[in-house]
Amino acid sequence: MRVTIKLFAYFRDSRFKAENREIPDGTTVGEIVDSLGIDREEVGVLMINSRHAAFDSVLEENCMLAIFPMIGGG
Amino acid sequence: MTDKIFRVNMSTLTTSVEEVPAEWAGHGGRGLTSTIVAAEVNPTCHPLGSANKLVIAPGLLSGTVAANSGRISIGAKSPLTGTIKESNAGGTAAQLLARAGCKAIIIEGVPGEDKWYSLALTPEGITINEETELIGKGNFEVLSVLDSRLEGKQAVLTIGQAGEMRLAAANISIKDPDGGLRSSGRGGLGAVMGSKKIKFITIDPKDGKVAIADPDKFKQANRVFAKALVDHPISQGLGQYGTNVLVNIINEAGGLPTRNFTSGQFDGHEAISGETMHDTILERGGKVKHNCHAGCVIQCSQVYHDAKKEKLTSGFEYESIWAMGADCCVDNLDHIAEADRIMDDIGIDTIETSVAMGVAMEGGVLEFGDGAGVCRILKEEVASGSALGRIIGNGAGAVGRAFGLTRVPVVKNQAIPAYDPRAIKGIGITYATSTQGADHTMGYTIATNILNVGGNVDPLTKEGQVELSRNLQVATAAIDSTGMCLFIAFAALDNETCLPALVDMLNARFDLNLTGDDVVSLGQSILKTERAFNSAAGFTAADDRLPEFFYTEPLPPHNTVFDFSDEEIATFWDF
Repeated sequence: MRVTIKLFAYFRDSRFKAENREIPDGTTVGEIVDSLGIDREEVGVLMINSRHAAFDSVLEENCMLAIFPMIGGG
Repeated sequence: MTDKIFRVNMSTLTTSVEEVPAEWAGHGGRGLTSTIVAAEVNPTCHPLGSANKLVIAPGLLSGTVAANSGRISIGAKSPLTGTIKESNAGGTAAQLLARAGCKAIIIEGVPGEDKWYSLALTPEGITINEETELIGKGNFEVLSVLDSRLEGKQAVLTIGQAGEMRLAAANISIKDPDGGLRSSGRGGLGAVMGSKKIKFITIDPKDGKVAIADPDKFKQANRVFAKALVDHPISQGLGQYGTNVLVNIINEAGGLPTRNFTSGQFDGHEAISGETMHDTILERGGKVKHNCHAGCVIQCSQVYHDAKKEKLTSGFEYESIWAMGADCCVDNLDHIAEADRIMDDIGIDTIETSVAMGVAMEGGVLEFGDGAGVCRILKEEVASGSALGRIIGNGAGAVGRAFGLTRVPVVKNQAIPAYDPRAIKGIGITYATSTQGADHTMGYTIATNILNVGGNVDPLTKEGQVELSRNLQVATAAIDSTGMCLFIAFAALDNETCLPALVDMLNARFDLNLTGDDVVSLGQSILKTERAFNSAAGFTAADDRLPEFFYTEPLPPHNTVFDFSDEEIATFWDF
């Protein structure tokens, strides 16, 4: 199935801003994070279709996965 | 030296230096400004009349070497909200005030004659001087003229044309270590300073130093504290991208108020994001990292250059960029930076004024997305005080009334900032219940609703939001009393060594035996003091509400509304 992966802040460095990928059914968010060489410890926020998700969340057809490092402001 | 109260009476043009009353001794920053305003200002007074007082206080740890302790609190009854107000800013004023032995400045009365003045503070006291040259001038000219007038490194607090005109969105600007400006932005405190005919205040501590009761203990605690701040990943991200790193994540969460609060996502988010800003600053030779006060280890500020590689603005914050950007649909960072610079120069709150522009766009004054038009209106209308300029300069509520609109995002007449309460419900509780009108900094639920700091509470449901906002509002009132930057909160929420080290520093500075529980009690008592002032000013539970449209207009993409009952909101005060 196809999904869109979006990266933010320094996760973009030597990777990408957004990419469409073909992935097997049942793929989890954590597996995507690992495949990108991103240390899970550095992940701050995960969202699928604008809702918070976890490493064990399973991706669905045509979903949008956003991966953020720990960031803040205000 | 023992700290003193420096009092200025503008009606009689006299000043005095007084002992600190025992009941004020344990207070600093916001706790002190609110305590003094509550004790000395009639809650029903006109905010621009002689009965209102402007109170300026450094935090309990300001002037020491404690990391991130250079924030100043300025308080009064607000001309924008009619409530008590504390506005918090960086710059050099807090540290130099503390070193001058000043616990607080209290400015009361208004001059009888139509003349303008400045105040000069040294450890010996305050002198009042008539000012003519700088009247009608913007803040940057004030700083540049004072650079040649003043000896040594002095702090400057100044108002621009907006403060002189007593516009309800006028701010008080504070010089930063590099001659840029920081703003006591919210609630129209610049108008209070203008009503007292004070154009600027200078602070020269001479060789004054802050006394520390137990220097060794203090140093040790500060080492632990600073390490907790530096080690937190959010501190590192703030240094690299500034607070504007939030544009993309709040947009992704569907809570970025866009086109005068009609959508939670902005098509142009990438163009105004922290990531784009970081790359642009590097390209043009600005400064990615910059501190608003000496001793900051986070350095979230920055210096932004224009395409000609000349400085355009500094302290370019997420809330200002969101307001001028997404809320007004301007996707050009240079237009936003120029607007930011003009607002700094005029001395007007970037959040209130930009949200007012968004409302004006809905009212047909100019097109959504017209960044050049925004800059023109700021320069030609607001700075000169035309009728339209004064309407905009009196804030989003004034524009809404002038143009007969219902989608006016204010609480207690203060503009709602950069997080939509329909998609991030915790912040809606903060906006509704805050003692000072809509203000994200009063109880920053974004940390836990969106950023996974201090745990996580689902932003789209009601569960746990009232308690979250309450706990954060209590903690924030205490932090705002210490002179600490609110960004210590990320480390405080996630690192258990951080708050105890802060308490240790307070104890070492004043020879006290405070515990963490005492700090919580301090926060609670400050909120209650502020609320009692508002009640006496005529505010009731019915004022703790969001505007009607948040309850009735679903916000895309989640298509949710703010759905707390009056009773649920009222439980906030059960402590």
